[in-house]
Amino acid sequence: MSVPPRQVPAEVLQLGSAGAYLSLRLRAPELAAFQPGQFAAVAVGGRHTGMVLRRCFSLYAGDPGDGTVEVVFAVHGKGTAWLAELRPGDQVDVVGPLGRPFPLPARPGAAVLVGGGYGSAPLFSLADVLHAAGGEAHLVVGAASADKLFFGEEAWQRCASVTVTTDDGSAGVRGLVTDPLPELIARTGATVLYACGPMAMLAACTAVAREQGITAYTAVEEAMACGVGVCMTCVLPVVGDDGVTRMTRSCTAGPVFAGETVRWADVGTVPTGTWGAGGH
Amino acid sequence: MAVDMRTNLGTLELPAPVLTASGCAGYGRELAPYVELAALGGVVTKSIMRNPRSGRATPRMAETPSGMLNSIGLQGSGVDEFVANDLPWLTEQGCRVIVSVAGGSVEEYAEVAKLLRGQPGLVALEVNISCPNVESRGEVFACDPDAAARVVAGVRAVTAPDVPVLAKLSPDVTDIVPVAQACVGAGADGLSMINTLLGMAIDVDTARPVLAGVTGGLSGPAIRPVAVRCIWQVRAALPEVPILGMGGVRHGVDALELVLAGANAVSVGTAVFGDPGACPRIQAELAEALAARGYARFTDAVSAAHPR
Ligand SMILES: Cc1cc2nc3c(=O)[nH]c(=O)nc-3n(C[C@H](O)[C@H](O)[C@H](O)COP(=O)(O)OP(=O)(O)OC[C@H]3O[C@@H](n4cnc5c(N)ncnc54)[C@H](O)[C@@H]3O)c2cc1C
Ligand SMILES: Cc1cc2nc3c(=O)[nH]c(=O)nc-3n(C[C@H](O)[C@H](O)[C@H](O)COP(=O)(O)O)c2cc1C
Ligand code: FES
Repeated sequence: MSVPPRQVPAEVLQLGSAGAYLSLRLRAPELAAFQPGQFAAVAVGGRHTGMVLRRCFSLYAGDPGDGTVEVVFAVHGKGTAWLAELRPGDQVDVVGPLGRPFPLPARPGAAVLVGGGYGSAPLFSLADVLHAAGGEAHLVVGAASADKLFFGEEAWQRCASVTVTTDDGSAGVRGLVTDPLPELIARTGATVLYACGPMAMLAACTAVAREQGITAYTAVEEAMACGVGVCMTCVLPVVGDDGVTRMTRSCTAGPVFAGETVRWADVGTVPTGTWGAGGH
Repeated sequence: MAVDMRTNLGTLELPAPVLTASGCAGYGRELAPYVELAALGGVVTKSIMRNPRSGRATPRMAETPSGMLNSIGLQGSGVDEFVANDLPWLTEQGCRVIVSVAGGSVEEYAEVAKLLRGQPGLVALEVNISCPNVESRGEVFACDPDAAARVVAGVRAVTAPDVPVLAKLSPDVTDIVPVAQACVGAGADGLSMINTLLGMAIDVDTARPVLAGVTGGLSGPAIRPVAVRCIWQVRAALPEVPILGMGGVRHGVDALELVLAGANAVSVGTAVFGDPGACPRIQAELAEALAARGYARFTDAVSAAHPR
């Protein structure tokens, strides 16, 4: 069952470091029962800030028992720099859980989970859910270098296998996160691939899944002003069941899309033939 | 003592003075988890055109100091779908719905207005005249008093007499007063102001414009002084015309500033992106701000900054 989204003042419990990333644990019972792939939109900067838009983060971990949730983030610009200064006891305004989660396979089986950089964050709770349903999660995490890999603490326990890649070879296998996929899919008999990371990685994962004849679900990261569906900034061209391309909101229809439905090569454009293109 | 928050925009009576702003609350549905929409003064919908519109390419937004730029390009599903799905939903919630209409020609505005005529729940129209006129090399209607007047007259002619028509003005003009006067002369029952200001941002690393649409509309607290100035000037020139004020309202006192300048009600736009609960919060803060300053009625504060 999905939890309805709520706007809540959340108390900061802990701000920890995890390699190149920070992890932020919050008391937010309303969000704790999120589904893997959903995200939270966080207000940054305080009451009189010049930063008027929310920042969105995948929900990494949640514990409905103690009413906490955790996100993992990289300091990127001024909003995340502000988050990095939070102290236990501070309050942040959080909206969530938002967006559509990763769909689970109809029958339990093997699945390949692919995370680029902090994109692995939503995959650990997904591995848990797959594991609990009797399935098997094979995790592949990749990053530019070792410090930019993100692992959940108990990643090894929940996953049937873990493969690590880095572009510079500073950890795991040197190469791209997509390199090990064909062999892994063949070996495990996986029928579904889940991916979260940069757009180019998601496009490549979709291509591998297509070649291997399996389904890909991708969690996209488009710039979002509101996260809740009212601003229309977060769209990308997605093909509907009717075969028609629409500029589709990634905050409400996504962030998880079947990889095949996203027109990866056309992101950043309005492709010819898109519903409503050409106006009058 | 509780402040009497009732107000009116001409013949339209509102139980409370804070509304959503067009394009910043979708068609209402997405805000329902956070806001009791019926408790607001009203819901102003995203601008609606005759046909579905894909809008522009991404990136469509850039955060700027105390504001943002957007170039959405009026993405929407068109008036037929709005009337079939969204308006009935809003009406069921008990909302007072102000439908924003847009077009590329006087005919398109009028056609949309005609299709909305008689729809239950609709209490007023807001005419978004900040659209390019396809018949006049893309010149924005709101920048030419005659073109603005033709749109307003076209919409007024096909709209039920008891449904007020508000013309939404652009601040991007040399003098906003003649445009306001032209709209009122053409039959506008009230004015909404302000729409976004045209702006631009450049990524200094790539040396390219940030927005795919190159330029975009600036909104948020950064533009509030411009909104206050526009409302002030129009109120001074047209003491009786109902004004729905908007532009950079984030807190109750911001709304009060627009009200003192002459707004009879206030819409909240960009602040909703940072806080989905902004509208009811601002409405409550406004009531407190009025009480703290000794106002018994919201309407006593309207235009109070003007010399009497
Ligand atoms: C669904 C979703 C999930 C995400 N999950 C994570 C996560 O788990 N960990 C993490 O570190 N980051 C995540 N991001 C990216 C994160 O939102 C941005 O890094 C962050 O917004 C940057 O804010 P800033 O103020 O530091 O940067 P600035 O560049 O100052 O931000 C300016 C504006 O651009 C937007 N923006 C900038 N970069 C991005 C981006 N990459 N994606 C979306 N909006 C952006 C900001 O929201 C803000 O409105 C996610 C984004 C989305 C959309
Ligand atoms: C993302 C976005 C979309 C908007 N879309 C519309 C629109 O469809 N029609 C319209 O009349 N105004 C539109 N506006 C303008 C707002 O209604 C409002 O006039 C303006 O943003 C100033 O108010 P604010 O500072 O409170 O946002 C839009 C503004 C934003 C930020
Ligand atoms: S982020 Fe505002 S509609 Fe998606």
